[in-house]
Amino acid sequence: MSEDSVLSPRNAWFRRAVGVTAGIFVATALGGFVLLPYAQPDLKVAGLWDAICSAAGVVRTPSAQAPAEPDARLTKVVVTSALPATPAPDAIGRGATLAQQCAICHGPTGVSRADSPNLAGQYAAAIYKQLMDFKTGARVNAVMTPFAKDLSERDMQDLASYYAFLPRLPGYHPVQEKPAPRIVINGAPMRGIAPCGSCHGALDNKTGSPWLEGQPAAYVKAQLFAFASGERRNDISQQMRNIARRMTPEEIQLASEWYASQPSTTIHTN
Amino acid sequence: MLTSRRLILAHFWLAFAVFGFALVLGAWQMFVRSPLHTWISNPEWYYRSLTAHGTVMGYVFPTLVAMGFGYAISEVSLGRPLVGRRWAWAGFWLIAVGAVMAMIPVALGRASVLYTFYPPLIGNPFYYLGIVLVVVGSWIWVALMSINLRVWKRDNPGVAVPLPMFANVAGSYLWAWTAVGAALELLLQILPVAFGLRSTIDAGLSRVFFSWTLHAIVYFWLMPTYIAYYTIVPRAIGGKIYSDTMARISFILFLVVAMPIGMHHTFADPQVGAGFKFIHSAFTALVALPTLLTVFTICASVEIAARMRGGRGPFGWIGALPWSNPIMMAVAFSFVMLGFGGAGGLVNMSYQLDSSIHNTQWITGHFHLIFGGAIVIMYFAIAYDLWPHLTGRAMRDLRLMRVQLWLWFVGMIVTTFPWHWVGILGMPRRMAYYDYADPAIAPQALSVALSAVGGFILLASGLLFILVLLRAQRAPREDAGAYRFAAALHPPVLTPALNSYALWIALMVGLTVTNYGFPIAQLALRQDTSVPAVYVGADP
Repeated sequence: MSEDSVLSPRNAWFRRAVGVTAGIFVATALGGFVLLPYAQPDLKVAGLWDAICSAAGVVRTPSAQAPAEPDARLTKVVVTSALPATPAPDAIGRGATLAQQCAICHGPTGVSRADSPNLAGQYAAAIYKQLMDFKTGARVNAVMTPFAKDLSERDMQDLASYYAFLPRLPGYHPVQEKPAPRIVINGAPMRGIAPCGSCHGALDNKTGSPWLEGQPAAYVKAQLFAFASGERRNDISQQMRNIARRMTPEEIQLASEWYASQPSTTIHTN
Repeated sequence: MLTSRRLILAHFWLAFAVFGFALVLGAWQMFVRSPLHTWISNPEWYYRSLTAHGTVMGYVFPTLVAMGFGYAISEVSLGRPLVGRRWAWAGFWLIAVGAVMAMIPVALGRASVLYTFYPPLIGNPFYYLGIVLVVVGSWIWVALMSINLRVWKRDNPGVAVPLPMFANVAGSYLWAWTAVGAALELLLQILPVAFGLRSTIDAGLSRVFFSWTLHAIVYFWLMPTYIAYYTIVPRAIGGKIYSDTMARISFILFLVVAMPIGMHHTFADPQVGAGFKFIHSAFTALVALPTLLTVFTICASVEIAARMRGGRGPFGWIGALPWSNPIMMAVAFSFVMLGFGGAGGLVNMSYQLDSSIHNTQWITGHFHLIFGGAIVIMYFAIAYDLWPHLTGRAMRDLRLMRVQLWLWFVGMIVTTFPWHWVGILGMPRRMAYYDYADPAIAPQALSVALSAVGGFILLASGLLFILVLLRAQRAPREDAGAYRFAAALHPPVLTPALNSYALWIALMVGLTVTNYGFPIAQLALRQDTSVPAVYVGADP
C-alpha cells in the first residue's frame, strides 16, 4: 500500500479519521448552534435558523424605533491620527491669517498671556476637535462659541495646521524641577484613574489628547472642575468626566500646577 | 551522526543567550510590581520590559531550540548529513537579525505593545518586521525538515520513518500552518497601520487572527519536549519506548487538533459568536487526548526501565529508577508541572469556568507553569543530553545540573502557585502597578512577594544552566560516542497513515476552514468594525 492511497476513501484510516473528525464537528456544532441558544432562558429565538444565526454572531438589524436622543449635544468628531486630513499646501498661510482673530486671547505666537490655552505646537487633531465641538455646540463657551460658529470645515483644518506648525516656546519655568505628582505618573488605580501622563505628555501621548506641559494652571484646573461637574461634556465616551469626577481637589491642583511648570517633552507626535 | 555541530550549537547558544537576557527582565518585572519594591513611577519601563520578555521568550527562544533540535534529529535519526545546510544558516541569521531589529524599537520605547501586539495599539513598524523575519527564518527550517524527510524516503522506500523525525516534521508542519494566523494579522492589519497607510484597524479581526496562532504556538513550543519524552528519556534511563504507534498517534493528534481551538482565548470578546466559542471549547478538550496518551506511554516506558533495573511490585519499581540522572529528574519535574498546568488549562478552556479567571493573574501563572515549567525544563534536559555530542567535550557537572533542575522546579512552583492564587482572588493581569496599601488588595501582598522570590530562584537556576553549558564548553575533549535516540519495545511496523502527513494536514486545514472560516469572513466583509489605531510612543 503506497502513501498516496492514504488520501482515498478506500483507505480505512482515511474513512475513520475523516468520519470521526466530521462526527465531532457536527456534534459540537449541534451543541453550540442549536442546543445552547435554546437552553438560554433570556435569549428569545424565533426558530431554528434564528438560533443558528444568533450563535454564529450574525448582526441583527436594529429595531425600527428611533434611538433615544441624549439630553445634550455630544461630540461628533471621530478622532484618528489622520485628523485633520492632509492639509492643503496653503493651509498654514491661510490658517495664519485666520488666526489673527484668535491672537487677543491665545497670543500672536500662540502663547497666551491671559490664562487661555497655549496653542503653539499643539496637535492639529486636538485643536480641530475643539473647534468642531464649539461649532456644533458640544462644548460651550461664551467667548469661543461665537468665533467657532462661522468657521468652515476648511477654516478649522487650516487653523489646526497653523497652530500645529508654530514652534513650542519653552517659556519661563522657574519650578520645573519639582517631582511629578503621583496622579500624573501613576494615576490612582484603585479609583480607576489612569495616569494623566499616559495620554497628555510626560509619559506618552495618545491620539486626540492635547499635550499639557506649560499650559496655564488656571485653565487646566478650570477644565477639570468643569468635567467633574458635567458642565463640559465633549469628551469621547466620558473619558475625562469619569476621571475628573474621581479626582480629589488636591490632585486637580497638583496636576494643573505641575503641568504648568513643565517645558514640553519629547514624547509627542509630529 | 552529527555533522552540522556548529549550526546546531549556534542555534542553542543564541537561544540560551536570549533566554538569559529575557529571564533577567522577567525577574525584574516580578520584583518591581511586588510589594518588595516601591513603585518605579513610570509604567512605560515596565511595559517596555514586558514586551521584550514576551517577544524573546515567545518567539525567539523556543523557535531556536526547536530548529536546533530539529537539525540534530534530522541528522541523527535519518543517519545522513543535513541537506541544505547553507539555507539553515540563512534561516539562523534571519532570526538573529529579526530579533535585533524587533528589540531596538522596543528598547527605545517605540513598541511597548506587549508580545501579543494588542491592536489597536500600534508600535514602530520595525518591531513587527523583526518578528516577520523571525517567522520567515523558521519557515526555512520547516522547508528543510520536509526536504530532508523526502530525500530520505526516496532512498529508503518501504521503511518506517524514524519516530523522532516523524514527530519533528509533524511539529514543523504544525508551526508552518499556525504561524499563518499571526502573519495574516501582521501583513493585513497591523503593518499598513504601523506604516501610516491607514489610521484605523479592525481590532476584533486581528484578535481572531492572533488566536489562530496563539494556542497552537504552545504546541509548537511543546514539540521538542514531547520528542524528548519519547525519544531521549527511555534511552537515558536505560529503557525502551513502550509503544511507537501510540507516540505517532499522539503527534498526529497534535497536528490535527492543536490549531482549530484558539478561540478559547477570545471567550470574552464580543466579535465572535457564542456557537463558535463552544466548538472551540469542545475541540480544546480533545487536545488533552494526545497529552494523556503521552503521559501513559511515558510512564509505561519508565516502568519498563525500572523493571529492567530490578524494580518489583506495583509501586516498588519507582524506587529502582535512576533518580540521580538529570534526565530522569527533568522528566519527573516536567510531569508534575504538566499535571498542575494541564489541570489549570481545563479551567481555562471551559466556557463557563474561564469567566472567573479570564484576564487575571491566573492566566499568567498558567502559561508560565506550562511553558516555563513543563516545557523549558525539558529544553534544559535536551541541551544536557546533546551537549557532549555537540562539543565533543566531557560533561561532568552532574551535581550542578541536579541543583539547577531542582532550583528551576522549586522556583517555578514558588512563582506560579501564588500567581494562580491571586488570580482567583481577582487580581488583573498586564498591570504595571498595584497599590498594596489599599485594603482591597492588601491581603494579596504576601502571595505576590512570594511569587517575586520564586522569580529570583528561577533567575539563579537559569544563570546556573548557562554556567554549566559554558563550563562544559571548556572541559577536556572526550569522545561521547554516536548519539542515538531511544528504541521502541516493538520495532515500528510500516503503516502508511502513520508515515505520511497528507491526510492529517488535510484534516488540519479542513478544521481551520470549519472553525475559523465564518468568523473571519464575517469580520473581514463588514465595513464598520474598525477602530482608530492608538500609536504607542510617537509617530506617525
